[in-house]
Amino acid sequence: MAGVKTNSTAGALPRFLTPLLVLFILTLGALTLAITTGSVHISNQELWQVITGGGEPLHRTLVFELRLPRALSAFAAGGLLAVAGALMQVLLRNPLADPYVLGLSGGAAVGALLAMLSGLSAAMVSGSAFIGAMISAVTVFGLAHGTGSWTPTRLLLTGVVIASGWGAAITFMLAVSPSDQLPGMLYWLMGDLAYARSPWMALTVLAIISVLMLPLGRSLNVLARGQMQASALGVSVRPLEWTIYISASLLTAFAVTTAGSIGFVGLIVPHMLRLVLGNDQRLILPAAALAGGALLTLADTLARTLIAPEQLPAGVITALIGVPSFLYLLHRSR
Amino acid sequence: MLAATDLVIDIPERKSGTPLSFEVKAGEIWGILGPNGAGKTTLLHTLAGLKKPRAGSVNLNKDNIQQLRRKQVAQQLAVVFQNNGEGFPATVLETAMIGRHPFISPWDIETADDLAIARNALQRLELSDLEQRLVSTLSGGERQRLAIATALCQSPKLWLADEPSNHLDLKHQVQIMGLLAEQADAGCGVVLCLHDLNLAAHWCDKILLLYPNGDACWGDAEAMLTVTALERLYDQELSMITSEGQTYFMPVSSRNARRD
Repeated sequence: MAGVKTNSTAGALPRFLTPLLVLFILTLGALTLAITTGSVHISNQELWQVITGGGEPLHRTLVFELRLPRALSAFAAGGLLAVAGALMQVLLRNPLADPYVLGLSGGAAVGALLAMLSGLSAAMVSGSAFIGAMISAVTVFGLAHGTGSWTPTRLLLTGVVIASGWGAAITFMLAVSPSDQLPGMLYWLMGDLAYARSPWMALTVLAIISVLMLPLGRSLNVLARGQMQASALGVSVRPLEWTIYISASLLTAFAVTTAGSIGFVGLIVPHMLRLVLGNDQRLILPAAALAGGALLTLADTLARTLIAPEQLPAGVITALIGVPSFLYLLHRSR
Repeated sequence: MLAATDLVIDIPERKSGTPLSFEVKAGEIWGILGPNGAGKTTLLHTLAGLKKPRAGSVNLNKDNIQQLRRKQVAQQLAVVFQNNGEGFPATVLETAMIGRHPFISPWDIETADDLAIARNALQRLELSDLEQRLVSTLSGGERQRLAIATALCQSPKLWLADEPSNHLDLKHQVQIMGLLAEQADAGCGVVLCLHDLNLAAHWCDKILLLYPNGDACWGDAEAMLTVTALERLYDQELSMITSEGQTYFMPVSSRNARRD
């Protein structure tokens, strides 16, 4: 088989590299914009000085302690959500699937709100959200898998019902909460990066899962044709589906822990990419990480500058940017 | 190559019936015949290792197919399914190319050789002009040919095809059966679920009759394809016609008969 490997690669690599390169440049652009805009404007020249170790102390503090962590958090959360959405769509073979469809964000929200109600610190709110998301993932997995047969429809139905259960719990908690805590809770529910300080955990998870998914990309393409067909073509369907489910759950849990339940990124970004780049998961997954990250970085930059000094929840902006551009692409494609 | 030993297929709420014991040898074309709901597809999926049998075993070259890794099975055995509609949008070429999946290691991508194999298969099935079309825009017959092209890309030793002549016009029916016969002549084993008695009579070496109550019998095609056996199988009166040395089975029915 060594002879086969040395042959040219049927043009697949360049076909993948060009879009990824474009998205990478777009990402860098979004990050630069996020770092330079705000109450104090930093010019590109000043930014360069800061990066190379010089610049004014104020600028250094702004960049390294405030704007860069926040921009990277936004990038990580957006990337995590977009990859999780792309995975869920393949797992459920349903274009309407997003990272939240199986109730993960609901579980996370209940965890976060409970922590806020108990007056815990921001770090505890994040931890509690993560635990909530994982409880939700395990519950859905256990129930859908209970009898041994796991069809996408059964999984989807279980997830949707659990999600609506969480929804009721959230409404109940909002109803009984003291009014001074309500704005913080609502901001969390809409997705908010104001408290995101440490992006490294989320970035690491994003990087690890993206790399893990690389060798699985082609199997995912085959799985997208249906369980039977995939099995006939040599895919071990059950282990692959478990891997996707666990990966998507972890991605989503880290995303909501970083930024609250930001909507639309996980649903729309994979679809936009599929409309433009086709349906090869080996390209879609890394592209989703970059495009989702760039979109949320831009959205968060707008969220904190549009009505400055007030801040909007980033989730509102992702919807404002995402919905029209998605509809445009969808309209153009037929 | 593919042997069933005391095999009982698992159809819910049906008694076990006749255990099946037969071997598909290289060069043989087997036809599975039976009325709707007799379990032809279930048997085919069980033979492919996609479904667990209720009892007995299926062996692929001496190894129990349930114990083999799916990838090892897929490197030798291709399945053509009855419905090819499910799944995400994909082009014709991409769809044919997934037939190469069992042969490419996870960290590799398709080589020029794989692309050439896929293009050859498409050309063989007269689909070259549709290479970049989305599968969802194809006609039923074109999809059926694409499913066979995908299986051809797998370069299998064993073909398991569920009604491969579905949706095909007469010319393409003959073409596909010719392709399968050519595969058998080259040393492959072929198992087909068929509804068309005449395709079975003209192309198959061995026939397995599957009755809705789970009974079954199998043997050489000439011995199995008799009017009495087939009438019992389908619960339908048949007549046998011989023309230019070939046998044809036709259901006895007409609008005139209804009026009598």
